[in-house]
Amino acid sequence: MPAFILSRLLQAIPVLLVVALISFAMFAYVGDPVAIMLGQDFTEAQRQALVQSLGLDQPFFVQFFRFAVNAVQGEFGLSYRLSRPVAELIAERAPATLELAFVAAAIAMLVGVPMGVYTGLYRQSWLSRFFLTFSLIGVSLPTFLIGILLILVFSVLLGWLPSYGRGDVVDLGWWSTGLLTASGWKALILPAITLGLFQLTLIMRLVRSEMLEVLRTDYIKFARARGLPDRSVHFGHALKNTLVPVITIAGLQLGSIIAFAIVTETVFQWPGMGLLFIQSVGSADIPVMAAYLMLTAVIFVVINLVVDILYYIVDPRLRAGRGGH
Amino acid sequence: MNNLSAKAAAPLLEVRNLRVEFPTRRGTLTALDDVSFSIRAGEVLGVVGESGAGKSMTGAAIIGLLEPPGRIARGEILLDGQRIDNLPREKMRRIRGKQIGAIFQDPLTTLNPLYTVGRQLQETILTHLPMTPAQARARAIHWLEEVGIPGAAQRIDSYPHEFSGGMRQRVVIALALCAEPRLVVADEPTTALDVSIQAQIIALLKRLTREHGTAVMLVTHDMGVIAETADRVAVMYAGRLAEIGPVREVVKAPRHPYSAGLMASIPPLDRKVEHLAQIDGAMPRLSAIPRGCAYYPRCPHVFERCRVERPDLIDAGTTRAACWLHDPASEKQVPFSGTGSTVHV
Repeated sequence: MPAFILSRLLQAIPVLLVVALISFAMFAYVGDPVAIMLGQDFTEAQRQALVQSLGLDQPFFVQFFRFAVNAVQGEFGLSYRLSRPVAELIAERAPATLELAFVAAAIAMLVGVPMGVYTGLYRQSWLSRFFLTFSLIGVSLPTFLIGILLILVFSVLLGWLPSYGRGDVVDLGWWSTGLLTASGWKALILPAITLGLFQLTLIMRLVRSEMLEVLRTDYIKFARARGLPDRSVHFGHALKNTLVPVITIAGLQLGSIIAFAIVTETVFQWPGMGLLFIQSVGSADIPVMAAYLMLTAVIFVVINLVVDILYYIVDPRLRAGRGGH
Repeated sequence: MNNLSAKAAAPLLEVRNLRVEFPTRRGTLTALDDVSFSIRAGEVLGVVGESGAGKSMTGAAIIGLLEPPGRIARGEILLDGQRIDNLPREKMRRIRGKQIGAIFQDPLTTLNPLYTVGRQLQETILTHLPMTPAQARARAIHWLEEVGIPGAAQRIDSYPHEFSGGMRQRVVIALALCAEPRLVVADEPTTALDVSIQAQIIALLKRLTREHGTAVMLVTHDMGVIAETADRVAVMYAGRLAEIGPVREVVKAPRHPYSAGLMASIPPLDRKVEHLAQIDGAMPRLSAIPRGCAYYPRCPHVFERCRVERPDLIDAGTTRAACWLHDPASEKQVPFSGTGSTVHV
């Protein structure tokens, strides 16, 4: 197992290097940082001095190496727009996005898996048909529209929930959380549903189709032939066998929830990383964009690793490959 | 009147006029029609016939696991004189595994790949017997030993993929027998195995069921297995019983032309033959079973009555065959001794 984790981490290095190369390339090709920093009035000597002090006169790979070394230390320079360290900006915004993402993922799993099991077991019931119809809405409506509709109904018409922001936040020093106040939870509900709805319907449909597949297998028939109760056949034997693909999809979806919460955060003016990113794009704030790109890559690498480890825990056939016997 | 003596006299399993139907968009298909037989306690009944004849479906109907939309449309199934075909789901579940065990065809797919064999045995035992988990584990080890798994105490925590095909089928047998059912429905238990393993598995099944007095319904298309294992044999054709009787009689002197064809198509070991005997034509599809005897289009002895009237099982010496040749009232009666070699097919 440790060897397996190590090999996965080694495989991640080239991936991260390529992503770093792309983020680095943005500095060179998206706008000219020197021009941005100098402003309107400057002499050629001033320009030369700045270029030298920034190290931009050095060869491409030397510059890239410095970028990579800094990136590993979490150092991405100053934001052009806000003139503050990028790492600080992201650390400030990350809790909002992570809380939103995990609540959205929890909703998707806790509602999606039982709905999938139910619709797989009772294909003909009217409730299953209702769930499936409902899931079509979740899959086909774009996120921003769902967000706007939710705001219209619950904020504007009913006035139950706030339409934007994070509510009251408790600062724990290294983490600012909205999960400890009532207004924080109220503010979280609509964006979490908006963000999680697509994943919820995706997981539900996936669990359903996997359940239908597994229920046809011989080992389920044999489990019934041994007289095991429905509960253990359905939720033990059948559900566990649907888990491998569900873990894969759910894991990757969690990655995209965190990385691409941009639309939801914009609709609800949620003060997270997505909002920071979209504002940075608007003002060509390349250090922030580069850091965000790197962070996204790291999140996906970590989630993929966790997914692989979960495979090992769920499926003994993969463990056998290690020759443990 | 006297319930007790009636029960004692009743066979362990009795299937009466069983009819299984599949409603489809194009109409109702009859997969089994008028199937009647019984199995006594401790007896081995072989069931043979070609693919699609309804052998496996009969087994599925008995254990109450017909694939929907299949359903029992007529007839009854009795276990110990009690009807079990119309029991509520939950009551039937308690009978499965406890009273009637089942062994399936392919041991590679019958075991849940994510649970250890010990866990699968233990949960089966705990479902049916009042035991503590520790007792159930001891019993599981005992059963693994019974079915000849070497080092059972260590192997109990292995996963199915760590066993070979033959070993897995032994585990399946242990699973089917661990709550000591009185009847086992074994659906082609050796078909998916290597020939060298088949004999071992059959011998094991035979020994264990004899020791525990378990009756067996052995579904197979291997006549060799039937001949050496079964007490009686039922020959099925197109969802109906063609012939049923003591295994020696049916093998040596089949009364139904279809049984005769089946026996004749077993290649002899003691001499070379130019062509293997075969029955011309194919079994009719369920949607196109002829009105009279289902076998008449392929039957070498067909006469007028076969085309219009369907024969029930008729006493034919020591066996019973669904063939008009054996009805004294038929206008045509072939002096049909039925020895495999004399029937040309």
